[in-house]
Amino acid sequence: MPESSSLPVEVHELTRRFGDFTAVDHVTFDVREGEIFGFLGPNGAGKTTTIKMLTGLLAPSEGEGRIAGLDIRTERARIKRRIGYMSQKFSLYSDLTVAENIELFAGLYGVTGERFEERRAWILSMSELEGAEDRETEDLPLGWKQRLALGCALVHEPPILFLDEPTSGVDPVARRRFWDLIDGLARHGTTVFVSTHYMEEAEYCHRLALLNRGRLIALDSPGALRKRIVEPILGVKTDDAAGAVSALSGAPGVLDVAMFGRTLHVTVDDAAAGADTVERTLERAGRTVEAIEPVEPSLEDVFVSLVRAEGGAVVG
Amino acid sequence: MDVTRLRAIARKEWVQLKRDTRSMILAFVLPLFLLVFFGYAISWDVNDIRLAVLDQDHTQESRELIEAFEASGYFTVEHYLESADDVDGQLVGHRVLGVMWIPPGYAADLAAPGRRAPVQLLLDGSDANTATIALNYADAIAARHGARALLQGRSLTAPISLEARTWYNPNLESRNMIVPALIAVIMSIIAAMLTALTIAREWERGTMEQLASTPVTRLEVVLGKLAPYLAIGLFDVAVTVVAGILLFGTPMNGSVLLLAVLTTLFLIGALGLGIFISAAVKSQVLATQIAMVATYLPAVLLSGFLFDIASMPIVLKGITFLIPARYYVTVTRGIFLKGVGATVLWPQALLMLLYAVLGLTLATRAFRKELDA
Repeated sequence: MPESSSLPVEVHELTRRFGDFTAVDHVTFDVREGEIFGFLGPNGAGKTTTIKMLTGLLAPSEGEGRIAGLDIRTERARIKRRIGYMSQKFSLYSDLTVAENIELFAGLYGVTGERFEERRAWILSMSELEGAEDRETEDLPLGWKQRLALGCALVHEPPILFLDEPTSGVDPVARRRFWDLIDGLARHGTTVFVSTHYMEEAEYCHRLALLNRGRLIALDSPGALRKRIVEPILGVKTDDAAGAVSALSGAPGVLDVAMFGRTLHVTVDDAAAGADTVERTLERAGRTVEAIEPVEPSLEDVFVSLVRAEGGAVVG
Repeated sequence: MDVTRLRAIARKEWVQLKRDTRSMILAFVLPLFLLVFFGYAISWDVNDIRLAVLDQDHTQESRELIEAFEASGYFTVEHYLESADDVDGQLVGHRVLGVMWIPPGYAADLAAPGRRAPVQLLLDGSDANTATIALNYADAIAARHGARALLQGRSLTAPISLEARTWYNPNLESRNMIVPALIAVIMSIIAAMLTALTIAREWERGTMEQLASTPVTRLEVVLGKLAPYLAIGLFDVAVTVVAGILLFGTPMNGSVLLLAVLTTLFLIGALGLGIFISAAVKSQVLATQIAMVATYLPAVLLSGFLFDIASMPIVLKGITFLIPARYYVTVTRGIFLKGVGATVLWPQALLMLLYAVLGLTLATRAFRKELDA
């Protein structure tokens, strides 16, 4: 099959077991060119294991996978030349300077001569590290390290980029800036495969794969996923959110209660009857109800609802 | 094999090494320190053997014999004993290493043709090594003294004198034996220790995974990591060789080029072993400890550095064939002291080549799970 006609990522029934534990359980999906494809799920859902199999760091126990048409079992060396990979820990060499790290990865990807000079300049400007070339990576703020790691993963201009929880531990401002960079890359045709456990980050993705306990429980765009939720959700404001959660848990017609700051998201089986139940239950418990209104479900609501539909509990 | 990738690894390794004080000390300070320290501390030369004398003959001849011992420079007479009862006390109390007992009638026996003049030497055997050496000295002195007595006397039979001569190290200076072997021992330790740190560090810091995600191959990583340490190892050997010559006056009779070639083989093996250990245990602390035990003890005990391999029990002797330092010790001693060339050292060269190949193979195989061939 010619490479141009194959999708960047094709995965069929991919499975990885560690002893008795199945980390990734018969997962099937594919990723389109130029797409930001999000892998969403709590810690331990199998995101990192899947990425390691796709990047040739871990052999699958079962199933198949192709990256740019190349087999993840037998063509790992060729795959590695076509992908960029950034691990959770921004694994740069902390005792090397910014410039030395770029130089190292350029060398490892065979980027030399004029092209190296070009890429180096591009990375420094993209990561806004101009002037910090000679600083040891260890001393950089986490947000800088993150952008440098991204730059190093992109030194050879790979058509496919794998990011494993690229924003963990980074402050919200740096996180936003990082997503802007990712967005720009995708706009220029790079396929981005990104995992995260921050639900709010999932909004940046074109399509989302929801993973729980190694199983793929949903795959769609964030908007479509939100529409999938069947049970109505009520936003409830009270004087004591924590007290309200315990009062509402197990009330008839109430499926789930979650706190979003001072607001409660209460999943009910029927909107009108549910609002009634909530109001009465809270008043009986001596809480003041400030407002009850239907709310647009967040991705977290979607996630919880889908896990419940599967009959399981959320991990993590 | 891609030279660009190999060079990228080698350069990175060199920069990391330069910034790591611990590695720098290990690479550049420790070898010379060990050479000087051990070079001065270890010596098997036995001088000033303390002696007590029980002279029951009291003749000019007996005094001449005592003087001959003192004049040799190896013995000093600490006490003159009065009676045989004092002998035990001298030895038990470690006051002297030996007692020379000249019985009454010594001079008369010496003068009488065809008669032997027995003199007893009692040695403290609790330090067997020193005692053996003292015995040899005493034998030699007595023989020479006896020969002179014969010549002065009117014997008709020409005395058969056994003339022992030691080759290669005519003064039997143990330092000349120690320094070349010491260089071999030091390099066994340093080489494995240096690389023991390098791969484990990648695991501890999580960079191995990043490396594994690039197209770099195992052999490129191994060779790239090996290259700077090999350069350092060769530099260390050069420095210790020069120091050995300048500080200890060790003679250098052989080919420097041959030494360099064989040293390279040995270092590749030892460095590879360090990488293997490092990759197997994935912890810097554990890797250095294992590297230490796996190289230091065999290199000191079983390489022929301290103990003569020929006189080892058969089992230990068999084990020494597995110790690469054994061959390297033979090589350094051979080249330094005997000035021998490849025609003599080829078995060692062959075995060290085997060791180098083995070291590289082990190192490359060690992380086959993480990196593609």
